[in-house]
Amino acid sequence: MPTIKSLEDLKRLREEAQRVRKLKVNEGKTEIVVSMGTVGIAAGARETLKAILNFIEAHNLQNTIIKQTGNLGIEGQDPLVQITLPGAEKVLYGKVHPSFVDKLMQEHVCEGKVIADKVFNPEISADT
Amino acid sequence: MRELSLHILDIAENSMSAGGSRVEISVIEDMVNDRLSIVISDNGKGMDAETVKRVLDPFVTSRTTRKVGLGLPLLKAAAEGCNGDLTIESESGVGTTIQATFQHSHIDRMPLGDLAETWLTLLLGSPEVNWVFRYQIDDEIYFMDDLEIKRALDGISFTEPGVMRIIRELIRDGVDSVSQKAKEHTCLP
Repeated sequence: MPTIKSLEDLKRLREEAQRVRKLKVNEGKTEIVVSMGTVGIAAGARETLKAILNFIEAHNLQNTIIKQTGNLGIEGQDPLVQITLPGAEKVLYGKVHPSFVDKLMQEHVCEGKVIADKVFNPEISADT
Repeated sequence: MRELSLHILDIAENSMSAGGSRVEISVIEDMVNDRLSIVISDNGKGMDAETVKRVLDPFVTSRTTRKVGLGLPLLKAAAEGCNGDLTIESESGVGTTIQATFQHSHIDRMPLGDLAETWLTLLLGSPEVNWVFRYQIDDEIYFMDDLEIKRALDGISFTEPGVMRIIRELIRDGVDSVSQKAKEHTCLP
């Protein structure tokens, strides 16, 4: 049984790929990494990732790479999301629940503003 | 975790950390024999017999071994509680196959959950892996090997909005059509 249901789907996919390729002018990419170890998944990382994908789709964000990674070994902070804007330092956010995703994507990814009070801070979390 | 789909996500993550470059995930609902099986196999580094025993023991698996966390023992307990079982076949250097089976109609069986979303997560989050998905209810089968999609995309990222939309539709339609057709069959006199 073919993966793609019909030739039409394949054509659609190819056309979209070609359209995207035309848009590309070697600009940098934004990388978003979601921690999806057992703990992350149990804490709702799949829903967080889903919300991120929905935002990308709804706002037609180009040049964004999504990655999943295993457990980051940081306790009590899942779901963890790390954002790296082109040419910028990576920033790790803790407890990124779906309700926070829109704000995070809008402010950090779209406007380049770090949301300081949600950034994961190892010193604070060591006390709690 | 209250959804089998989340366990699938968890085990697939283990397959990736074991270095698997090809991961096959099958979900098979056998209504005639009242079984639900999940099979995940990878071509990662595999485990020796000793390690296999260890990953199923919730009290021995520790942070330092970090091969598998608490996910597998919990899934095993859940399967056994539903007249099923969980088996691991693994060989060092060859890969690992994990199969979890449940009595489909068992009252304690957790729901399958959002399978399409789990697959989409894996596909988009780890495009370097060759994913093969199969969802089957009795004779109705949805099968996808992502190589065909990757070939069509020719290097364009899955997470470009337009591409993502099409892939999400493909997976969702595939999974839904299996459940839909299976439902139609059961309605027949």
